[in-house]
Amino acid sequence: MIWGVLQFPGSCDERDALHACEVVGGEARLIWHEDRDLSGIDGVVVPGGFSYGDYLRAGAIARFSPAMEAVAEHAAAGGPVLGICNGFQVLCEAGLLPGALLRNQELRFICKQTDLLDDRGDVLSIPLKHGEGRFYAPEEMLDRLEANGQVAYRYADDHNVNGSVRNIAGVRNEAGNVVGLMPHPEHAVDPLTGSIDGRKVFEALEGFAA
Amino acid sequence: MSAHRELGLTDSEYDLIVEKMGREPNTVELAMFSLLWSEHCAYKHSKKLLGKLPSDGPRVVMGPGENAGAVDVGSGYAVAFKVESHNHPSAVEPFQGAATGVGGILRDVFAIGARPIAVLDSLRFGELDSVRSRHLLDGAVRGIGHYGNSIGVPNVGGEIYFEEPYEHNCLVNAMCIGFAKTEDMVRAAAAGVGNAVVLMGATTGRDGIGGASVLASAELGEGDDAKRPTVQVGDPFEESKVLECCLELLAKGLLVSLQDLGAAGLTSSAGEMASAGEVGIDIDVGKVPLREADMEPFEIMVSESQERMLAVVEPSRVEEVRAICAKWQTESAEIGVVTDSGHIRILKDGEVVGDMPVEALVDGCPLYDLAPAAPAAWIYGNKQTLAAGTDSAETLLALLAAPSIASKKWIFQQYDSIVGSRTVRRPESADAAVLQLPESGNAIAVSIDGNGRKVACEPFNGTVEAVLECAQNLACVGAEPLGLTNCLNFGNPEKPVPAWQLDRAISGLAAVCEELGVPVVGGNVSLYNEGPDGPIYPTPVVAMVGELPDPARTAPSSFAKEGDAIGLLGPFTPTLHGSEIAKQRGELELGLPEPKVAAVAEACATVRDAVRAGKVASAHDISDGGLACALAESSIGAGIGCRADLQDLRERGCTPDEALFGEGPGGFVLSGERAELEALGALIIGEVGGSTIELAAGDRSLIIGLTDATEAWRSLDARAESDAEPPADA
Repeated sequence: MIWGVLQFPGSCDERDALHACEVVGGEARLIWHEDRDLSGIDGVVVPGGFSYGDYLRAGAIARFSPAMEAVAEHAAAGGPVLGICNGFQVLCEAGLLPGALLRNQELRFICKQTDLLDDRGDVLSIPLKHGEGRFYAPEEMLDRLEANGQVAYRYADDHNVNGSVRNIAGVRNEAGNVVGLMPHPEHAVDPLTGSIDGRKVFEALEGFAA
Repeated sequence: MSAHRELGLTDSEYDLIVEKMGREPNTVELAMFSLLWSEHCAYKHSKKLLGKLPSDGPRVVMGPGENAGAVDVGSGYAVAFKVESHNHPSAVEPFQGAATGVGGILRDVFAIGARPIAVLDSLRFGELDSVRSRHLLDGAVRGIGHYGNSIGVPNVGGEIYFEEPYEHNCLVNAMCIGFAKTEDMVRAAAAGVGNAVVLMGATTGRDGIGGASVLASAELGEGDDAKRPTVQVGDPFEESKVLECCLELLAKGLLVSLQDLGAAGLTSSAGEMASAGEVGIDIDVGKVPLREADMEPFEIMVSESQERMLAVVEPSRVEEVRAICAKWQTESAEIGVVTDSGHIRILKDGEVVGDMPVEALVDGCPLYDLAPAAPAAWIYGNKQTLAAGTDSAETLLALLAAPSIASKKWIFQQYDSIVGSRTVRRPESADAAVLQLPESGNAIAVSIDGNGRKVACEPFNGTVEAVLECAQNLACVGAEPLGLTNCLNFGNPEKPVPAWQLDRAISGLAAVCEELGVPVVGGNVSLYNEGPDGPIYPTPVVAMVGELPDPARTAPSSFAKEGDAIGLLGPFTPTLHGSEIAKQRGELELGLPEPKVAAVAEACATVRDAVRAGKVASAHDISDGGLACALAESSIGAGIGCRADLQDLRERGCTPDEALFGEGPGGFVLSGERAELEALGALIIGEVGGSTIELAAGDRSLIIGLTDATEAWRSLDARAESDAEPPADA
């Protein structure tokens, strides 16, 4: 599987994402934000960081980049897309994922190892680091997301440090090929730097590759 | 007041400028001289002393005089590092002061072609119960986080002390570590007559005008609020683009030399590039991209607008350089040319508005001898906070809750410590930060330290202790020192006691580095750190970088498992001089015993080898709060209690108080298999296990529950929360 990792001015975790894609057994290359060409790419990672300084609103400017137009087409065609942290914010701003990310409840940036629960109830130890990671959606939308199985990851009890509604850490689109989450699976692929549970987040999307 | 005095120059310095120029300087020239002849840029009260520091070594790639020092880590790679202060800006406006402190130190590191891979910081504030201290702490932590988090460089460690003498004049020292292929590194010297001088990055505005002379080279005092406009404003997004842009330009070999714009802006970067290259530079201020159209030439030359870099480029490559800048959406402008005149000339639309010999401007400032005098007695306050007769258990809890000892989780959790995938040991999980270097197949460890209270007790020995503390921290993770950098934060050098402190501290630094064989590859000096009540504690912050062969072989500072033996290793002879308990009892006084450097170095080597060989399960150096605190910290981190008898220290002549809470260099707390620890020469003092911390020292003994100890050690979280409203834009 060949992953393309978007690179915006202000991206921070793109090299970590490249490395993680390689660790899970794929190839990976950077896609410059002005590039519309995703040919040869099986899956896309929209990485963490502060694209365009997160000025205006996190992810609000990056969504208009040429690369994101290509990502929207790729997603519409059923190709896998993983948005991590700022990438999740970008995907929400682009309307590819439901909901929005607000400033953390405590109004402070927080960096911490957290436990997540996936669909199957498996516990994944994955770090998070963000200032605007509080997932929010209106009640009826949340009901719908839950009914459709669109909640991809939840914080385990006592691990919801940002105040996200219904402990939601990550969501997917209706088709399931676009997933976004605030914690950083690319920082959980090497036992030396923490845990390896992040690999599962990448692997869970491999089935959508054409 | 005459113009030169207002700019911080003395009458005799002004006369010397007139003599060197052969005429009176005009406004532009006077502004430029006042900055480059300021303490901050010219090191005029410290340069003579700094010459004592050993700076050579087989692993040194870049030494003092470059934007950052660098050491060889093998396989063709080097690690660059530097610490710099941003004390006065942070005391005036903590968020931007600290943020731009991080921005500035990052630029120093990528200016030599190294990618920043980690930030650490060393902070000093007044006591935590002061509203002002909590405000400064909150602002500085937010500022450091804002800049470092946004630019994607992990903050992997640091240290903080809260002491009354920093109440008015806080310290914010930021350190950056960079990693580079040695062959890609670049120096700052301008070269090649006819080459273009290109300014890259942010536009130039009126922010930070006079920062180096007005803020950094004078004491703080009444009316500092009015100096707020001299504090620069940071934009980490701009820096992130400039950083990537510069690294791409260097990787493509398009730059002859590169220099960041820090204190004194264009004036110092152009001056220093010309001086190092023994050439001249013409700068046309009319070509500098401005934020405000009507800026005067002198304002353009002294502006400290952030996120700017100056490069020397061969004329044929200017277009290619500017295209890469455009790709990164960062400004660039060809603003000057390298000449053979030996002069810095400032032009505006072809007209010369300033013309100064480089030698006079950059190296002409007189260097002063200090007039040191030792104080007759302790010059700082003594405030008792621990009641006489407090029992040992309560004393230990009070020490664990001391803000300088308690867990700093509240702070480091606000920093991204993991971006870059190098962080093997996160904050508070080991005595030193450990970063893996897969490119060169090994790892580095970093420690930063500087207990000003001990330096105030005796500047020579206190500084030696600070260096030994770093060396011990590195040993605990299995690292061997490669090099050291420092930031010397002191009071007004024109006064006898701060002069004595500075003189003795530098002598101590030179002596211990010489004896340990650790080269000092760079440094920074911040003087005039005083408030209305007098000078700060003399605070030489030292940062040491070490190498370890295998990132998988490091030891945590917490105990590993129930049943492990606890060993005490090293020439540890604790005393109460300058200790946290002496502070809390209000018993601080002059004097600190002379450390046994060679014996400590030997113990470090033993611990280092044991950690590398996997013979110990944990390693923690004995530092603030003494052996009792070290044992408690190793227990709290593990969530397992311990039991120890400190009789062995009693046999070294220590009182029970000294054995429990006394401090001093050279002590390690190790845990692991009893036989392994004994083979290392450690004294077996106890065992890991249970849910209490039980310590005995002669007729004194204590038992505290692990829960109580943990609560005390974690108490900073609640107490640090500022009463101030958070800024809306953070």
